[in-house]
Formats: sequence, C-alpha cells, structure tokens
Amino acid sequence: MADDNDEIILSELSDDELVLQMHDDLYDGMKEEIEEGVNILIARGWTPYDVLTKALVAGMTIVGADFRDGILFVPEVLLAANAMKAGMFILKPLLVETGAPRMGKMVIGTVKGDIHDIGKNLVAMMMEGAGFEVLDLGINNSVEKYIEALEAEKPDILGMSALLTTTMPYMKVVIDTLKEKGMREDYIVLVGGAPLNEEFGKAIGADAYCRDAAVAVETAKVYVARKHNQLSA
Amino acid sequence: MRLDDRTLTEEGLAPARAGRVLLIACGALAHEILALKRANGWEHLDLQCLPAKLHLWPDRIVTAVEEAVRTHRAGYDEVFVVYADCGTGGALQEKCLELGVGMVEGPHCYSFFEGNAAFAATAETEFTAFYLTDFLVRQFDAFVWRPMGLDRHPELRDMYFGNYTKLVYQAQTEDPALDLKAAECAARLGLAYERRFTGYGDLAPVLAGVAEGFSGAE
Repeated sequence: MADDNDEIILSELSDDELVLQMHDDLYDGMKEEIEEGVNILIARGWTPYDVLTKALVAGMTIVGADFRDGILFVPEVLLAANAMKAGMFILKPLLVETGAPRMGKMVIGTVKGDIHDIGKNLVAMMMEGAGFEVLDLGINNSVEKYIEALEAEKPDILGMSALLTTTMPYMKVVIDTLKEKGMREDYIVLVGGAPLNEEFGKAIGADAYCRDAAVAVETAKVYVARKHNQLSA
Repeated sequence: MRLDDRTLTEEGLAPARAGRVLLIACGALAHEILALKRANGWEHLDLQCLPAKLHLWPDRIVTAVEEAVRTHRAGYDEVFVVYADCGTGGALQEKCLELGVGMVEGPHCYSFFEGNAAFAATAETEFTAFYLTDFLVRQFDAFVWRPMGLDRHPELRDMYFGNYTKLVYQAQTEDPALDLKAAECAARLGLAYERRFTGYGDLAPVLAGVAEGFSGAE
C-alpha cells in the first residue's frame, strides 16, 4: 500500500495520521513499525483498548475485507497477522491491567486428524482483539478434548475449524455428542474452514458457518448479544 | 504436441479427438494416464486435461469439469472424469452424478496413488505428512513455494508447515533425480523425508475398468 520513498517518522505524525499509517503498515505486514506505533500511542496516553480497536483491529478488518475480495492473498494476510500479533503482544498485559470490555468467552480448536491452524489462529486473534476471552485448544482435537474444555471453561462459544474435506465431518461428531450429553444448547457453535459452506454448517447442526475471521467476530457478537438478551428476558 | 509440465499446469491438454471414450483429467495426471494408455494399448481412450493449477482454487474444478463434459460429450460414446474429490467437498461427485459420468473414487490423488484403502488405513497416524507426487515434485515451486509466498517471505514457512512432521514423496516412477529433488523440497520445508513407491495405485485398475467397459465399442 504505502510505497513512498520518503521515510515516515511515526513519532512525528498526529494521532489520526499515525492510526492511518498503522493501518497501512499492518496491511504491508510491517511488524516493527506496528510495534513502534503501539508504543507511541500508549506513550501519548491512549488506552490499550483504544490502540487495539482503533489501530490494530480496524487495520486488520481492512486486510480481511481485501482478502475476501481477492485483492490480498494468504501470504499477505499472514504477514499482517504477524504484525498484529506483535502489537497485541505489547498490549495484552496492559489490557489485563487497565481492563477492557469483555464480550464473552470462546473455546476454539482444529478438529481431530487436522493440523491446519492458520485460519483458526486468525479467528482466535481477531476474537481476542474484539474483546473475547479465547482458549485455543490447538490442532487435532478429539470430541473428548472439546467437551473437557467446555466443561472446565464454560464458554459462550465453541469454535471448530477444519481445512480438509476428510476431517470436516468430525465437527458433526462433536455436535452430535453435545446433543447426546444434553449440552448442545449451552453453547453457540461456530464452524469455519476453507472447504465448508453455510449449507454444511446447517446440515451438521452448527449455529453458524463463518467464512472468515471478520465474519466470525461479527457473528459471535450477534449470537452472544442474543444469548444475553434471552437470559435477561 | 510435447507435454511439458508448465503447459499442463497453466493450460492443460486439448483432446486429440481420436477414440470413443474421453477421459477428462487433471493436468497433474497427464503423464501417468498417457503412460498407462501406452502400456495397455488403450487406443480408444482420448485424453483432455484441465489446467493442474485449478487445484489452487478447488471450487473452480467443478465448473471447469462441467464445461468440459458439456463441450465434448457429443463427440464420444462415453466420458469419464479422472479427478477424485480434490477438495470440492462432494460437489464434484454431485456434478458427475448429475451429468451421468463416472469419476475416480477417493479424496485426492495422494489417496488413490497409494490405494484408497491403504491411505485410509494410515489416516490416524499420517495426518502430519505433506504429500508430493512425481508431478508435484517437478512443479514444487509452481504449486507450493510461490503460491504460498515463500519465495518472497521464507519466514512464513513455519506458519504453514510447523505442524507437519514429514514430507512423503509418493513416487509413481523410479527416478533418482526426482528422489533427490523431493528430498530437497523436504529440506526447504524443514521436514523429514520419506520416499514411498506407489506406482499408479488405484488409477491403473480404475482406468482399466473404463477401457474394458468400452473396448467393445471399437
């Protein structure tokens, strides 16, 4: 995106200019610049939550939209994610200290027999950025492992990911087991992964299929709000 | 026409319009299908290949296969699709059923080269393996290294391959040069290397079935 030869001194930019520059730097996967930008905004008295949402999450949302529209591809998204991760690494302890709105809790993991975690990691990161507490179970998760985590963590949301057409049916195994145990209605179940689609999500009994990390965040917010409204009604 | 891998990747192969049965195949299988055709004298089988690069966008495979079937079926007694599911999530099978044409069973070519039954038997223990065939070893840069951006950003390698443990080269042919190249590919990905001779696996009996089924039409 940014292609100027003139070197930009981040510390000399106004807050608004710096945030826009950080969106550009995130887009270009410039990890060190993002770290520098985060530190500058914090030093200027920004709350960690504002830095996270206005500079990082907003920037990553642009990346996500351009990925969805076929303008950016996986390598560029990964570089952007790495840059955002570096920024979040600085912000995380500060967020714990200063507090930030909690949107809900999610347990997420890639299903059994599948070791692909790029999309799942992106979802976890964007969910954290949106204020969700995320417990990431990693890859190759059996139904027992999912259930153990659900019982221990009592999250609002279970997220499952699969990249392979051979492993995605395992999501149904997990959902069916939740039904058998009478636990299905306790959780919002979101599923995602390259070979999935909305039809598959419905067929296996998930609440929603999320085509990318940005959609996962928006879907999670809608379902969690609905759940809270139901509970308070 | 000389069959080079770049053409098979980018453009595919047009049918020769000779024979009673048209095989519509992935460009990545052209060498193997033609070798079987030559070895068995299946002169009544014609071959059209779709660009192998369709595998980079599996959702485009179904449309491309349908178009090829509809374009060419009137010129042949039968059409057979030489693709497995190939990441289409059952969509290719549905389309083939709708079109009334057969296709290869199995999730992908790694599975049918190894033999679907044998591959399924190792699913529990080998899901951390990254597979390459003869074609993919030759076209490693076009199908793996460049599309993943590793030529520009090698630092992304472990984000893609950090959970894999080994590269399995499923060899269709005995070729020491390919063996060496596959070992190099494994090293570039930071994975252990294993060569496994599969030959043509299930592809041979499947195509024999197609060829025999229509040999009377000669």
